[in-house]
Amino acid sequence: MLTQIISAGFGGQGVLLLGQLIAYAGLKEGYDVSWLPSYGPEMRGGTANCSVVVSDEEVGSPVVTQADIVVVMNRPSFEKYEKNVAKGGKLFVNSSLIDLKSTRDDIEVYYVPVNKLADDLGNGRVANMVMLGAVLEKTHVVSPVTAIDCLRASFGERKANLIPINERALEAGAEAVR
Amino acid sequence: MAKKLMKGSEAIGEAAIQAGCRFFFGYPITPQNEIPEYMSRRLPQEGGVFLQAESEVAAINMVYGAGGSGARVMTSSSSPGISLKQEGISYIACAEIPCLICNMMRVGPGLGGIQPAQGDYFQATKGGGHGDYHLVVLAPSTVQEAANMVMEGFDIADTYRIPVMLLGDGMIGQIMEPVEFADYKKRELPPKTWAATGWDDKTRERAVINSLYIEPEQMKVVSERLLKRYALIKERETQVELYNTEDADYIIAAYGTTARIAKSAINKARQMGIKVGLIRPKTVWPFPDEAFSKAADTAKAFITIEMSTGQMVEDVRLAVNGKKPVEFFGTLGGFVPSTEDILEQIIKLKEAHE
Repeated sequence: MLTQIISAGFGGQGVLLLGQLIAYAGLKEGYDVSWLPSYGPEMRGGTANCSVVVSDEEVGSPVVTQADIVVVMNRPSFEKYEKNVAKGGKLFVNSSLIDLKSTRDDIEVYYVPVNKLADDLGNGRVANMVMLGAVLEKTHVVSPVTAIDCLRASFGERKANLIPINERALEAGAEAVR
Repeated sequence: MAKKLMKGSEAIGEAAIQAGCRFFFGYPITPQNEIPEYMSRRLPQEGGVFLQAESEVAAINMVYGAGGSGARVMTSSSSPGISLKQEGISYIACAEIPCLICNMMRVGPGLGGIQPAQGDYFQATKGGGHGDYHLVVLAPSTVQEAANMVMEGFDIADTYRIPVMLLGDGMIGQIMEPVEFADYKKRELPPKTWAATGWDDKTRERAVINSLYIEPEQMKVVSERLLKRYALIKERETQVELYNTEDADYIIAAYGTTARIAKSAINKARQMGIKVGLIRPKTVWPFPDEAFSKAADTAKAFITIEMSTGQMVEDVRLAVNGKKPVEFFGTLGGFVPSTEDILEQIIKLKEAHE
């Protein structure tokens, strides 16, 4: 099993965390993983992105160009990374902010209004978790239960009160693509 | 201890602390700032000293001083900052002071950019500063290996009284991967009788830390001692990884980040029936000549892949010594080659040398 993922959006949309949670959960489920962020001036106001690899063998290239899963949270990311979805791969589009449709017919595309769904839950900041819910529902790269476990470990007791809203966000994302 | 997901820079810092490093002197520069950041938090917890110097020049001379008193000490920087440290590194090499210098390379020349590159290979392996000297240069390709090499690097430095460089790049610093800190088993190390630790009781010879030898006879003695030591290091400390080389018709030479991407490309090429393997120098100085000269007896052709205009390729050509063609592919500007880029090169190499 080798799953290569790109997660991209504006800085602040939680695209790096989305990728990290997949990496943490992958490690917890016994896979080798890598998480490689973009860094540099493009993080200020432009797009932020990360490459994640989850593999049952040692990860070779952590740089992803032919991705099985691409998440785009804003329009510049859609324009930049639509071509990086490998044939037969899956593209997850934040349709709250992106009004474009993919013209590719060799991939599966899911349009998820993650900002709207997060607002409906009462917390716009969980939009990335809504997206993660959709990704996990359609790809099973890791289990949502493991992802929440990892989030709980990272939050610690101080932020444990935020776990339920994140669980609901994952579920809302999964529901949207069922 | 369980595996943890850690950034390369943080793993380097933690490995240094676990290996007993208690002194860090540095000056910030992207893309390695997470190393000093980590050390500034952790070293005070361990009773150590973190000091942000006023410049790279000051930082390397603090390393010189701390190392001269026998302390385990390190600094880290990235390419332009490492250039500034070169005078101090040359002094440290001449004064035979152990220390660890971490260079997380970024693209150059000049201030260049902040993206990963491998353009400091010449500087790291051929001297860098003035005069006749070498550093031991360790080139990790994963976060785990970076952590292991930091620990081993301090021991190598102490064993041979030599500055050791960890030569990574921006990607190794920024990437998060699983890492496990095995219990650090220190080598048996000679006592640091040479260290300047005070001379109050006058029961021993005075320890003098110095890199100035005005008398040619004295300078010659030092240079001959270094030369002998370098030969010993070459014999004992050369490290190389061979990946799928046994039956390989084609050999990729690559180190660090580039090498791990080459592995992915090799796996794909093997599925296509191309017999290709990788020779990955883990020490780029001393360079693993023998692995290349041996492979040159059976392989048809070599290609060196670097994030540079072609530096290590010169050492590969020296080692292959004309027995087989050695080609080169480099990515520039701070771009990291993709698996597909390298696969394309493998196919080209095969077509040219069938």
